Amino acid sequence: MVKRAFFVVLLGLLGGAACSDQRNHSQAVYMLVDTSGTYAAEVKKAQVIVNYLLGTLQPGDSLAVARVRSRSFSEKDIIAKATFDDRPSQANVQKRAFREQFDKFVRTVGGSAYTDITGGMIQGAMFLNETGAGKKTILIFSDMQEELDKETIRSFPIKMNGIRVVAVNVVKLKTDNIDPRKYMGRLEAWQKRVEAAGATEWRVINDIERLDALLKS
Amino acid sequence: MTSSQFWMIVPGNAILSALILFAIAMPFLYAARRLMHDFFRSVGNAIGGPLRLGARWLFAAARDMRERNKTVLLQHGREQVGQLIEREFERISALVTRDLEGYPALQRKLLEELTKVEEDYKKCGEVPPPPPSWTEAVTAIVRVKSEGNEMVQKILEEIKRSVQTIHDKAISEYRRAYESRHKILNGFMPFWRSLDKTFGQVDKKLTGLQDTSSKIDAQMEKYEQINKKTDKAEHALAVSAYTQFAIATLVLLIAAGGAFVNFWLIARPMSEMVGGNVYVGPMRVSEIAALVIILVEATMGLFLMEALRITHLFPVIANLQDRMRRRILWIALVLLVILAGIEAALALMRDMLIADDQALRQSLAAAPQAGRADTWLRDIPTGAQMVLGFMLPFALAFVAIPLESFMHSARTAGGAALVMLVRVLAFFLRVLGNLVRQLFKVFITLYDVTIVIPLLIERIVKAARSGGEAEESRPTRRAA
Repeated sequence: MVKRAFFVVLLGLLGGAACSDQRNHSQAVYMLVDTSGTYAAEVKKAQVIVNYLLGTLQPGDSLAVARVRSRSFSEKDIIAKATFDDRPSQANVQKRAFREQFDKFVRTVGGSAYTDITGGMIQGAMFLNETGAGKKTILIFSDMQEELDKETIRSFPIKMNGIRVVAVNVVKLKTDNIDPRKYMGRLEAWQKRVEAAGATEWRVINDIERLDALLKS
Repeated sequence: MTSSQFWMIVPGNAILSALILFAIAMPFLYAARRLMHDFFRSVGNAIGGPLRLGARWLFAAARDMRERNKTVLLQHGREQVGQLIEREFERISALVTRDLEGYPALQRKLLEELTKVEEDYKKCGEVPPPPPSWTEAVTAIVRVKSEGNEMVQKILEEIKRSVQTIHDKAISEYRRAYESRHKILNGFMPFWRSLDKTFGQVDKKLTGLQDTSSKIDAQMEKYEQINKKTDKAEHALAVSAYTQFAIATLVLLIAAGGAFVNFWLIARPMSEMVGGNVYVGPMRVSEIAALVIILVEATMGLFLMEALRITHLFPVIANLQDRMRRRILWIALVLLVILAGIEAALALMRDMLIADDQALRQSLAAAPQAGRADTWLRDIPTGAQMVLGFMLPFALAFVAIPLESFMHSARTAGGAALVMLVRVLAFFLRVLGNLVRQLFKVFITLYDVTIVIPLLIERIVKAARSGGEAEESRPTRRAA
């Protein structure tokens, strides 16, 4: 009886090992930090979010933080990225290093003339798809006001299949205060665009005290 | 006219249309009455028959299962009682070997003591022999008549004085002799005490033997009852099995709680060894690895108990030569100790990982570092975890004992539950079968109710016919 149970467990383990897939359980997060214009002053809040992510993500998960500048479709805009080791102790070491990298960026950050959110999102989608994680999230720390120079082309459909998009700390601009419809319209336009791109979810979180909803779908 | 109203003979009046249709259909329904009755009966039989057949089969199966359960229960009971009797005989054998082995020496000692007591007793009986001619001399002197003769008087006084002296001497000698006898008798006391103690020991040992014998008698009676396959024996065995099942289940649940604690002690640090992000189905490999370690520990414990002959789940181990069995015992014990050591190390690692995580979270929260507790206070949980990690595998090893009870009693309890389930199912099928048959009888009646008018006409016609026939037959009879 015990022998039989042992063989069943052994076969189960072998069978399970054959079809084990770590990608389905890991998650990847790509965070875009807007550094354009006056929003650059908000970067301290981004530090809180990055710390929250570092504390929440598990071994095997991936995290990348990139800045949004005049043109953001570039690997050079990635401030820090890491796929955490499977071993928890090593993952903690990586998290500490990640935090130091981001702190350094916060100390030296400067504003940019334009805001290329779309470019950053395309770059983020590419990064997330490369990780092969089961759960992919793009966090956009921005006022969601995209401003492009004349040469930059972003008016084409983008693909974000299987990716959650969360806009964080979408502050109201002066013009939004005059006419709140602009703010609503801006968020609505982004929602339409993101959903049209195939994203699984669109969410806005303005209260950074409620970050627990960041990674929950 | 809508498609739903196509059947209406009187458009817009559904009730009237239905009544007209019913009136039209009634003669046809009457004509088909016998056929419909047969149809309902056939369908009722077709559905109810197999259900009843199934119920009968299930009842028969339940009876067979009960018989089989009884056979297994009695066989198991016979084995158990046989083992108990065997154990009692072993006890008697040990008692006889231990206690009665020294019985010849004890007997010799008793005999020696008795001989000594007898000799001493004999010595007590020895008195100094009386002077042989004393009596005659005294008698002769008494006969002498003094009659005032001074010489005789003197002689008699002289004799009296001599006799007095001799008497005093004899008395003192007797006293000395009695004193020495008293001394001998006084010397008996230790022998008596020794004898009393020895007899007490013998009595105690014999009482122990008697107790064991009465136990064997009781077990033998039980064995005979089982052999006779009496209901009383079956009932007693079944009750015993249910009790065993309940107790074993309770103990196994407690053990499962222990295993759960053990699992959480080692699951987290296992991720440091096998990775924390590899999954097999919904479970992490680290969790599976922890589970496997616990199962291996339980298995080692099982082998240990088998090798110690405490449990008998594997006849192969029980039948091994003592030397090989002892080897298996040592191998299982060594592996268990190694696994316990690994668990203690993992428990320590768990504590370190938690401390590292806490440090990271504190640094990420940028909160001021909480004052660290005293070293020895911090060490208490760590030490407790390590001790738990080391002890739990050994505690789990004892699961083999309730597991064996569970396996043996589960056969009886499970068998009884299965019989009950089959019986309930059979009863349900039987009820369902009867219900179906009765339902189709109701359909037959309902059918007749729907064609009540033609049936009334039929009855009237039949009555009229039978009346006419009676009228016709009456004169015939009279004529006859």
